[in-house]
Amino acid sequence: MITIPAAVDVAALKDTTLLNMGIFALFVAVTMVIVLRASRNNKTAADYYAAGRSFTGSQNGTAIAGDYLSAASFLGITGAIAINGYDGFMYSIGFLVAWLVALLLVAELLRNTGKYTMADVLSFRLRQRPVRIAAAISTLAVCFFYLLAQMAGAGSLISLLLGISDWGGQALVIIVVGALMIMYVLIGGMKGTTWVQIIKACLLIAGAAVMTLWVLAIYGFNLSSLLGGAAEAANNPAVLNPGLQYGKTETSKLDFMSLALALVLGTAALPHVLMRFYTVPTAKEARKSVVWSIWLIGLFYIFTLVLGYGAAALVGADTIKGAPGGVNSAAPLLAFHLGGPLLLGFISAVAFATILAVVAGLTITAAASFAHDIYANVIAKGKADAETEVKVARRTVIVIGVLAILGGIFANGQNVAFLVALAFAVAASANLPTIIYSLFWRRFTTQGAVWSMYGGLASAIILIALSPVVSGGATSMIKDANFAVFPLSNPGIVSIPLAFLLGWLGTVLDKRQEDPSKQAEMEVRSLTGVGAEKAVEH
Amino acid sequence: MGNDARTPAAAASADFEEVQATQQFKELRKRHRSFVFPMALAFLLWYFAYVILAAYAVDFMSTKVWGNINVGLIMGLLQFVTTFGITGWYVSYSNRRLDPIAADIRHGIEGHEYDKSGSSTLGGGTK
Repeated sequence: MITIPAAVDVAALKDTTLLNMGIFALFVAVTMVIVLRASRNNKTAADYYAAGRSFTGSQNGTAIAGDYLSAASFLGITGAIAINGYDGFMYSIGFLVAWLVALLLVAELLRNTGKYTMADVLSFRLRQRPVRIAAAISTLAVCFFYLLAQMAGAGSLISLLLGISDWGGQALVIIVVGALMIMYVLIGGMKGTTWVQIIKACLLIAGAAVMTLWVLAIYGFNLSSLLGGAAEAANNPAVLNPGLQYGKTETSKLDFMSLALALVLGTAALPHVLMRFYTVPTAKEARKSVVWSIWLIGLFYIFTLVLGYGAAALVGADTIKGAPGGVNSAAPLLAFHLGGPLLLGFISAVAFATILAVVAGLTITAAASFAHDIYANVIAKGKADAETEVKVARRTVIVIGVLAILGGIFANGQNVAFLVALAFAVAASANLPTIIYSLFWRRFTTQGAVWSMYGGLASAIILIALSPVVSGGATSMIKDANFAVFPLSNPGIVSIPLAFLLGWLGTVLDKRQEDPSKQAEMEVRSLTGVGAEKAVEH
Repeated sequence: MGNDARTPAAAASADFEEVQATQQFKELRKRHRSFVFPMALAFLLWYFAYVILAAYAVDFMSTKVWGNINVGLIMGLLQFVTTFGITGWYVSYSNRRLDPIAADIRHGIEGHEYDKSGSSTLGGGTK
């Protein structure tokens, strides 16, 4: 039973603005109350950064899923599948399989050795100062790229909902989102943002599930006829095959490899995901949270497949591309087609909440990294008391918020999933080699860590700057100039192996040896959890 | 020092090099690595095989198997299945083979079994 899709009238969306805003305001109000309640006993640094390590594995796993299922997953992947068909599905697979790297190699070992930030682990058995500074800088860089993507998503969504297509109006919206997020983080700390993530993850997954079942019901719960509908609406059977976006030339195929590499290796190196392993009391709970989040995230990505092809079949690629917000508007347009203004309002509010919550999570990670790694350990040389550290963290939140707002205004209009993939490439290049080496390679030294982190970070960022993403193409950030000497839009295939190589080279050329007792301590702690098993009593 | 509130005094005073040299710890490390390394290699190879096929064997991936469902889609969904499968396998392996021995070593350290004798370098904490 196939219904002929009614044309989605994008102009009619404007009439629903008030309803959308009402649902959104309700969400903000409810979560703000929860944040306020959760923050009542935010006293120590452990409270502020790690929520007093008080969350259970399943709560934390839901929050991880909330952190991970950002606007990129919901708006970006749905849009990518709706427009590019099968090639968009690749994002889902890469984003999910990547969790195995986190589960098998990183999560528990990291939980057992660290305290609040990634730099805690990386500098455990190496020289504090250089490693900590490098880790903090790469954390800030990854968070910044990730923030850009979320802010761009906010811009797309609002331009669709309010029909605001002028630059100034969208910029204003991004400023409002940024200001709200600063409030969440300042008031709630990690506990508040974790609760927002949990609520948002449940709403997002429930909303996506409803839409998925709805789309499937239209096609008689037959995936094959849904795919047929998508191919028919696109007037191109190739949407079901790989290669529509990336199969055109040898360069674009290589770009696809590069993207796939960055996706699968990026997750385990994302600082805001790593930081979530510290909000649980034990390594076993850290394992449970990863397992829980793998199930939730996997389930959600199966939904995106249906939603993406559903949007292609029921809304149509041309309508999506033509709508304000472009490719990122596929999911909201599908919601409008299915359930009218009410479902659109709900889905948009959820998408908004997603952006808000992820931005809050990123901001708190970046702030913790600055306050804990750079301020407390490097500037104050470990003599800062916890109270001052939290104060510095709160001020950093404001600075990062302002930077994210400015960056978001600039990145507005790019596909969100694509922008997030850049953040993954930067994370996989700058962080992953050092994380893996310091956990598993006894000989690894400070020089290796510093070379790998700076080399990976610099090569990833320089290659992005010289890629078609920034200049020379029709969809570039700077359209009028062309300095795109690097042909791939994702740098991973070059920068990730380079960072691994530099880590190895820096180590074998290092004349200094690291303290073997520190290595022994780190290895024993990471595998047994000694000293980290007991949560702080509060 | 002493800036890690979670480090019980016993763990801080333990001689980790001594622990690292014990047969029990070596066994734990062997069990951990002999599971996670081959498994990581296997799923990465499977993932990249899939990605390379999607990029360079488009005709094969586009072969229709049932209705509009082609090889590429089935292999993509199989990636989901293997991810869930490996997750479950790892959890059961950890519960059976890793956790008991890790707990045993931990209790040994916390029970002052590996104290540095007469050492004054207490609190080689995490920092």
